[in-house]
Amino acid sequence: MIRIAPVIPAMVLAGSLLTMPDCAQAQNDPVYSVQNGIVDQHTFNGYRRYGESCHRCHGPDGSGSSYAPSLVDSLKNLNYEQFAQVVINGRQNVTTSSNNVMPSFGLTPDVALYLDDIYGYLKARSDGKLERGRPKRADD
Amino acid sequence: MIRNVCGPKSRMDQRGINVARFRTSLLGCSILLGLGSAVVLGGPAAANDELTKLQGDANQWVMPAGNYANQRYSALDKITADNVGKMHPVWSFSTGVLRGHEGGPLVIGNVMYLSTPFPNNVFALDLNDNGKILWKYEPHQDPAVIAVMCCDTVNRGVSYADGKIFLSQADATLVALDAKTGKEVWSVKNGDPAKGETMTSAPVVVKDKVLVGISGGEFGVQGRMTAYNIKDGKLAWKAYSVGPDDQILFDPQKTMSLGHPVGANSSLSTWQGEQWKNGGGSVWGWTAYDPALNLVYYGSGNPGTWNPAQRPGDNKWSMTVFARDADTGVAKWVYQMTPHDEWDYDGVNEMILADINVKGKPVKALVHFDRNGFAYTLDRTNGDLLVAEKYDPAVNWASHVDPETGRPDVQKQYSTQAGGEDHNVKGICPAALGSKDQQPASFSPKTGVFYVPTNHVCMDYEPFKVSYTAGQPFVGATLSMFPPQGQQNLGNFIAWDASQGKILWSDPETFSVWSGALATAGNVVFYGTLDGYLKAVDMKTGKELYKYKTPSGIIGNINTYMHDGHQYIAVLSGVGGWAGIGMAAGLAGDTEGLGAVGAYKQLSNYTQLGGVLSVFSVD
Repeated sequence: MIRIAPVIPAMVLAGSLLTMPDCAQAQNDPVYSVQNGIVDQHTFNGYRRYGESCHRCHGPDGSGSSYAPSLVDSLKNLNYEQFAQVVINGRQNVTTSSNNVMPSFGLTPDVALYLDDIYGYLKARSDGKLERGRPKRADD
Repeated sequence: MIRNVCGPKSRMDQRGINVARFRTSLLGCSILLGLGSAVVLGGPAAANDELTKLQGDANQWVMPAGNYANQRYSALDKITADNVGKMHPVWSFSTGVLRGHEGGPLVIGNVMYLSTPFPNNVFALDLNDNGKILWKYEPHQDPAVIAVMCCDTVNRGVSYADGKIFLSQADATLVALDAKTGKEVWSVKNGDPAKGETMTSAPVVVKDKVLVGISGGEFGVQGRMTAYNIKDGKLAWKAYSVGPDDQILFDPQKTMSLGHPVGANSSLSTWQGEQWKNGGGSVWGWTAYDPALNLVYYGSGNPGTWNPAQRPGDNKWSMTVFARDADTGVAKWVYQMTPHDEWDYDGVNEMILADINVKGKPVKALVHFDRNGFAYTLDRTNGDLLVAEKYDPAVNWASHVDPETGRPDVQKQYSTQAGGEDHNVKGICPAALGSKDQQPASFSPKTGVFYVPTNHVCMDYEPFKVSYTAGQPFVGATLSMFPPQGQQNLGNFIAWDASQGKILWSDPETFSVWSGALATAGNVVFYGTLDGYLKAVDMKTGKELYKYKTPSGIIGNINTYMHDGHQYIAVLSGVGGWAGIGMAAGLAGDTEGLGAVGAYKQLSNYTQLGGVLSVFSVD
């Protein structure tokens, strides 16, 4: 199993929960697991939710379209907090030359409830741990 | 494994807000539906013969498809198979917009009219003065609509009639402009983008009415065709694709399907509960009109959610050819091509009206190249099914179409319904893109042959459960697309015999052919490619006679006109649309086993964005 985030000692974790730390802490970013090409349920769900709400602009497997950026590339630079900020609030770049609008997904259950899963899936793609296409599940 | 420790808190916050949003949406929905009943204001229509006459003048290109029969054919013959090799670009025009440019320009007299993707600017260009801009119309639309457009912000062109230019704006506003000045004459709201209702297709003027469809099949809209009076924008009729008889404008006894009356509640009885309210059947293709029969013809799109397990029944009348009375909107006949869709095979592709011999008998035919990979030849007077054959040999989801019932014989191994939710069905051909999408085919009355831009792409498809939220995607399936096994061309440009249901010749293309074709009396057929070439091929053999690389990939439609004694060929380039989503980075299968070849097939390595009109001629 590939572990992206370091394992946090239980005490620290408990403390974190009590104080609700800033999600920007890198060690708390969502993680994914890819083992022999098989992904965990969260990562698979991320793939699925991506297909539901993101694919039609950002292209198959996060690889970009003619008008929306490749998220495989974007996640090399965006951390989880920045990713969440864009997805929840949306982003508009409407000028005389550009007409790009990413909607706010803060109120979209299929996205907002699974933000971590979507991030994990895209991070796996971005880290080069997942190939194009549908990831394999343990029960396939 | 440690998950994000901040997750639970933020999820609960989101859920709290979401519940409130859900309630508001449902309330809004029910109020709107209460008011949404169909309005039928029949009566004799004042005849508007102008367009019927103009469409016969080959010097102009007066409607999006060239003529009411949707033939995309021109009787012009100055550019021929012999001299097209000497064709060259003579002028070009940048639209100033980057996104996908579908559709194409109109030519009325000495003026060319064209529209752009969002923000849907309209230009009138003076052909007497090297394309100088006579006027420009810039709508003011809330850019939020961009986010609810399915597959890029395309607009498939404007229409002309009665001294007016009609524009379908992305935000579902229909606008009539003074063709001389570009000033707004009237505008009417035809849908609500907050519910995912948008407009992409070109309006079509029939007699004294302008007909517009609604897009939003991926957002659970209730699809419909609506007719407004061209004079003042007043609603004339509104015909939904799914719903009660009074909303779909069906006469249970007189509306026919394959020779039988449809009966009462023909749509409602094929949906569970009130699922029809998000039932899709959006209308975004090319509408044809037969003045002699006074019928308009168009198709409806996919049923709401791509997950078939969630919507039991045939889901009528999604995926259907409609023949409606042009004055009242009442359906004369219907034919559903893909009952209970399991693959997103929208039925919106153009209906081409052609008087041809079918199996030795002269027929008033309607020929339709469906997304599902079958080309249908119907009797357009009554909707009888005459021919249904595969126009891409790769098609495998059904073995054939039963000539009696009209139903496809679905192969269980490719049925996403049989597999059930959360089951990945592999190797289905065609992909959801269809063996052909909206990019319209052409027909030459001279040869009796159809010239068809096609896709050659397959898919894996896995449905899953989704919930409906107004204005949010209502998809419910993931899919991966790839070329048919052992093949590398993603498209073909074919010649089709609609009488026999046979491919006459087929030109392989690196990418899907996503441009509307043009057949001419000069024995040349024109089409554009995603990597940006305008191509001219020999009508008889398909042999390439000319090609020119335009500034961007072509998803627009070719047209032709005469000016000052010269025949011109015009096309919009500007890559995008669904093709721009699926192929910009190459297909999933490209990287599996094909290695460098796969990377080579990334469309982004060939072309970049940018809307440009290119005009060609022969000296």
